[in-house]
Amino acid sequence: MPLRTASLFMAAIMAALLLGTSVAYAIAPEQMPTPQLETRYLALIQGFRCMQCQDESLADSPVNLAADMRRQIRDMLLAGKTDQQIRDFMVSRYGYFILFKPPFVLKTAWLWLTPGVLLLVGVLVALRVIRQRAALAATDLEDNDLTDA
Amino acid sequence: MSRLRFILPLLLFALLVAVFAIGIRESPDKDLIPSPLIGKPAPDFSLPNLTDPAQRVSSTQLRGHWYLLNVWGTWCGSCRMEHSMLLRIKQSGLIPLVGLDWKDDRDDALSFLKQEGDPYATIAVDRDGSEAIMWGVYGAPETFLVNPQGIVIYKYIGPITEQAWTQQILPRLPMNQTAAAGASS
Repeated sequence: MPLRTASLFMAAIMAALLLGTSVAYAIAPEQMPTPQLETRYLALIQGFRCMQCQDESLADSPVNLAADMRRQIRDMLLAGKTDQQIRDFMVSRYGYFILFKPPFVLKTAWLWLTPGVLLLVGVLVALRVIRQRAALAATDLEDNDLTDA
Repeated sequence: MSRLRFILPLLLFALLVAVFAIGIRESPDKDLIPSPLIGKPAPDFSLPNLTDPAQRVSSTQLRGHWYLLNVWGTWCGSCRMEHSMLLRIKQSGLIPLVGLDWKDDRDDALSFLKQEGDPYATIAVDRDGSEAIMWGVYGAPETFLVNPQGIVIYKYIGPITEQAWTQQILPRLPMNQTAAAGASS
């Protein structure tokens, strides 16, 4: 009898654990056949914006459209498409807006390059100022030398 | 020289203010996301016909005609708002409306059209929502203007108003042709 209670107890724990994992994916309950695909799937849906809520990713959004888009991504993964092919497909339908991380393309080049350009300008200005001050200090010294003499 | 040193930062600051002011004022509505499909071929499709599921509605049938693809559903309140405008577009006879019934219940759709009038030349059914993704749809109603070569010319997001019809869609139509004989065949 105690053995039976123990096994029932174990079964209850197992059930709780199983339920626990399914609760963790309440928004995206779909399971991929292999862990590798599952990892890629989860990474992909976190990188796309839900077009209806806009500040949520496809992984976090509960709306129907997000579920449809997750299904689309799942189907493409199962069909053997690469992550890049899936991203290109989504961008070709919804534009770059769907990517949470803006890509480096002609249209967004200024976004990525401006900080570097500003840094360069700052460094050049600082260099000039430092050189001017150094030159001033040098002439001051020369002047002093002259007056002392 | 010293005066320039004083004025230059102020000028730069004024320039920044102007850039931000224009940026904020002119920035498109965040709800209206420009479609990357404009100027590109419309997606190829072959979907069941709403009124006769044995028949199909396909992009090849629509080739050679101007048409408006209107994404709608009976569950969508804004689609009901634009319905009278769609009926007027049909009456104008200028361009056929092709419906894409998005994730809808067939009986609901049919009874809605029976009650309110059917503005569509033909209606394709997107039962599971995968066709809508092909068109980059993110909310109904959305309307795509497609030319006879199958190129997407324009996308209107939200219920079509009188203003949208006369100012956005009509000017894009070739006025020398009436496309009314379109897609019903």
